[in-house]
Amino acid sequence: MCNRQSEFVCYRETQFIAGNQIMQWEIVIGLEVHAQLSTRSKIFSGASTAYGAPPNTQACVIDLALPGVLPVLNKGAVERAIRFGLSVGAAINSPSIFARKNYFYPDLPKGYQISQYELPVVQGGTIQIQTESGEKIIRLTRAHLEEDAGKSLHEDFHGMSGIDLNRAGTPLLEIVSEPDIRSSAEAVAYAKTLHTLVRWIGICDGNMQEGSFRCDANVSVRPKGTEKLGTRCEIKNLNSFRFLEKAIDFEVGRQVEILEDGGVIRQETRLYDANRDETRTMRTKEDANDYRYFPDPDLLPLEISPAWIEQIGQTLPELPRARQQRYMAEFALSQYDASVLTASRETADFFEATVRHLPGHGKLCANWIMGEISGQLNKDGIEVGSCPIGPDRLATLLARIVDETISGKAAKTIFDSLWKGESGQDVDIIIAEKGLKQITDDGALETLVDQVLAANPQQVADYRGGKEKAFNSLIGQIMKATQGKANPAQVNAMLKRKLEA
Amino acid sequence: MTLTVDDVKRIADLAYIEINEDEAHAALTQLSGIFGLIESMQAVDASNVEPMSHAQSVTQRLREDTVTEMDQRELFQSIAPDVEAGLYLVPKVIE
Amino acid sequence: MLNASLKQLSAQLAQKKISSVELTTECLDRIKRLNPEYNAFITVNEEMSLAQAQAADAMIASGQSGPLTGIPVAQKDIFCAKGWLTTCGSKMLSNFVSPYDAGVIERFNAAGAVNIGKTNMDEFAMGSSNETSYFGFVRNPWDINAVPGGSSGGAACAVAARLAPAATGTDTGGSIRQPAALCGISGIKPTYGLVSRYGMIAFASSLDQGGPMAKSAEDLAMLLNVMVGFDVRDSTSLQRDVEDYAGELQKPLHGLRIGLPKEYFAAGMSSEVELAVTNALEEFRKLGAQTIEVSLPNVPLSIPVYYVLAPAEASSNLSRFDGVRYGHRAESYTDLADMYRKSRAQGFGAEVKRRILIGTYVLSHGYYDAYYIKAQKLRRLIAQDFADAYQQCDVIMGPTTPTVAFNLGEKSGDPIQMYLSDIYTSAANLTGMPAMSIPVGFGEKKRPIGLHLIGNYFREAQLLNIAHQYQQVTDWHVQSPV
Repeated sequence: MCNRQSEFVCYRETQFIAGNQIMQWEIVIGLEVHAQLSTRSKIFSGASTAYGAPPNTQACVIDLALPGVLPVLNKGAVERAIRFGLSVGAAINSPSIFARKNYFYPDLPKGYQISQYELPVVQGGTIQIQTESGEKIIRLTRAHLEEDAGKSLHEDFHGMSGIDLNRAGTPLLEIVSEPDIRSSAEAVAYAKTLHTLVRWIGICDGNMQEGSFRCDANVSVRPKGTEKLGTRCEIKNLNSFRFLEKAIDFEVGRQVEILEDGGVIRQETRLYDANRDETRTMRTKEDANDYRYFPDPDLLPLEISPAWIEQIGQTLPELPRARQQRYMAEFALSQYDASVLTASRETADFFEATVRHLPGHGKLCANWIMGEISGQLNKDGIEVGSCPIGPDRLATLLARIVDETISGKAAKTIFDSLWKGESGQDVDIIIAEKGLKQITDDGALETLVDQVLAANPQQVADYRGGKEKAFNSLIGQIMKATQGKANPAQVNAMLKRKLEA
Repeated sequence: MTLTVDDVKRIADLAYIEINEDEAHAALTQLSGIFGLIESMQAVDASNVEPMSHAQSVTQRLREDTVTEMDQRELFQSIAPDVEAGLYLVPKVIE
Repeated sequence: MLNASLKQLSAQLAQKKISSVELTTECLDRIKRLNPEYNAFITVNEEMSLAQAQAADAMIASGQSGPLTGIPVAQKDIFCAKGWLTTCGSKMLSNFVSPYDAGVIERFNAAGAVNIGKTNMDEFAMGSSNETSYFGFVRNPWDINAVPGGSSGGAACAVAARLAPAATGTDTGGSIRQPAALCGISGIKPTYGLVSRYGMIAFASSLDQGGPMAKSAEDLAMLLNVMVGFDVRDSTSLQRDVEDYAGELQKPLHGLRIGLPKEYFAAGMSSEVELAVTNALEEFRKLGAQTIEVSLPNVPLSIPVYYVLAPAEASSNLSRFDGVRYGHRAESYTDLADMYRKSRAQGFGAEVKRRILIGTYVLSHGYYDAYYIKAQKLRRLIAQDFADAYQQCDVIMGPTTPTVAFNLGEKSGDPIQMYLSDIYTSAANLTGMPAMSIPVGFGEKKRPIGLHLIGNYFREAQLLNIAHQYQQVTDWHVQSPV
């Protein structure tokens, strides 16, 4: 068994010696993402979906699959699926059919999962991702509605497992991509783009720790230049982008190694073990279940009217990609800035609200949001929605930079005060209290510059003798003398003028 | 179509019903007879017919997304074979 | 009192000539005395029934009563009733006290009816003789060596033996009509979607339909008025205007066109059944109806189609019985899978297991199209046959069963012979049309014979009218074995 590290290296180079030839491998990945839909109640029952309740207190007769109970479909779940479909340019199937996927598991109370097989709600669509070599389109196969299972808790209850069915029946949208993804980096970019999108359009809270957004990766490799897909393995339950990347990297290395050794890949389902950073067999194709899908006779064909689709379309916000492009055109932002600002709708909205208060200064706003704001939010572990400095206050602060009342450096000091909630969070009061107003009076500044020049004849001589460094030293002294309140650009120009006079 | 004892065992396995050798052989005889009856379906050509899943051609009704169910764990678990700390206990689940 | 019609009982209760407690007590006494022989009830709970009777008397006293207030109704043990043991005739649920009420139970409760007990049935409604019940077979009160039919055998026996004035049943392939015929009572399976399936333990979801079983069409109409109604918890429940099923009872039958499918009068029917049906048809002609021959060419496929679709749905519906959250759990096992396999092997009887195996097989990989899809296609052809027939006639008639009740044990070792008991009845489940059985005579050993009436969708009132008019001029329905 080759060790993990060398496999990883092998994969990165994707070049291997096979016989006397150098073989290049192409990685083929398709992702299945399970997004928990943010409905209040479950997909087929009126029990709450709130996270973290004591076990089985949110499992009603339907979730427990008592004899005789029946499912009734939650409109909110369908609405969210349609929302997703519209946001990826997919077709909305009508009718759409619910099917039973039959298998036994203690966290699956009915002995079948209600899912969709033929005719899912969402068919097709695309997701655009950013890769190192530019934009790439990943095609979606489908997205279908289904119910989540409960949870098996493996703490030891005298050798038994405990079953909590609070999660059973939580609506999921399973989003299936075509095998268009060619590297773990692309997989992560795709998953992140999707993650942003589902939160953006308000259908999923995206909380990966709580399992609201989970990925399964179908991974295979094939000799570069060939068409035929290699045998794939499915890696289940990847609940972080990092695990997604590492699991794929490991799996690719494993498959390539087997093929290089002349072996064959066995189609199977594998689990990623984060502690050991490896994937291992969960079940092979031979013992894979025969799920016996058939249309659920308890549920009727779901008709989705064009009017309903249109109504949902009208409530769809401007999507991340459209915003990115608008930011680039409207505020002359770089692709990078635009994509960072649109990583979440809250951040983008924050940015736009800030710019609204400070028209014409998009880049300045962007820099501060991506810099100070984002840094402090991260540090304090809070979301942009509960940012202590709102867009209007940030704009007021930045306006003072623009009108040259304060320097950028002073603005950072004020920012810290604002963050801590000092002085009633009034920018102008803090400027006055801390005396941070910039000296912009030419006369006052000139006096100061003259004093510094007079006190430092040596540096003046050095500069004039060609030592450029002396200039910076003089600037430093002037700034020190003004306690940093001088306008650096102004000081710079004045000093230059005087020295070269 | 001819059923075999292995088929019977395979479907019993899929259905999670324990079946011993004698039962499997007895079931084979009965199921073969029943499938003989069922096979008469194949005499009719229905290739252009739309399958009928429901007696009425009505469509799915939707419920509003509201929480209507309250916690009744105590009542529900009063009829459970084995519970502890609010959980249903089963032999160790191995993943 | 126990031979009285529901209308009469209702009037006597309303006029306070009898109390619900008296009526309920009389039923309970008869059950106590006769049930050990008939085994029509799995559970009787005097305390709960009498409490309901007292509440009904209070309703009547306060002038809040309806037509069924205070009337004892025997509930098939397939309907979940809160606080009642609800077994579905299975060891699997032999310890299941339901924590909730079925839609049907709620409606009877709201009407002030008294649940007089839970009736015996074939396990999970799978059977045509009531012999698959974990709680033992039920005897036919007309001949204690005969089966009562099934799966609603306990209900049919209870009404026939006058243990209860009325009962509920469910019908997936004939489970109301066949036992009604074999026990000489009346029973109707309404149009699929009219009676809520919520809390009615599922056998085959797309075929199951609850309905009433009673002495006469008039009684059935009163019961249907309570049982039918939209239930938001059942996606297949139909939203329709409230209808009075007794509304058309008195309509004369002049000009009624009765379709007689030649396929139902082909070989297989016993001569005594044929004679009774022929006589009944003659009676209808006297009432002004005309009979015409119609053809339902695909109907002979009903049994194979039914025995694909019903087990397929059942195999999935019964997967929830795993011994995890309720029901039977094996005492010893080696691991999780072994617990499932043993619990299910022990909890289900032979017939249920057989149908689970059939259903699992027809849904399994490689067979789905050849069996399941094919059966659904033929189901449509069968429905189309009926639609065509209703272009020519108003109602379709024939025998409910090919023979009178067979002997206990006679067919229990031969599933195929048993399955053929539903030969005339299962088509109405596949199409979802309303159908009923009424008593039209007796065969050897005074075993009853039923006439089968199949109506077009939502024509329950017409079926009841036709049956009622017949029952105005005949007395089969008032005859009692006791």
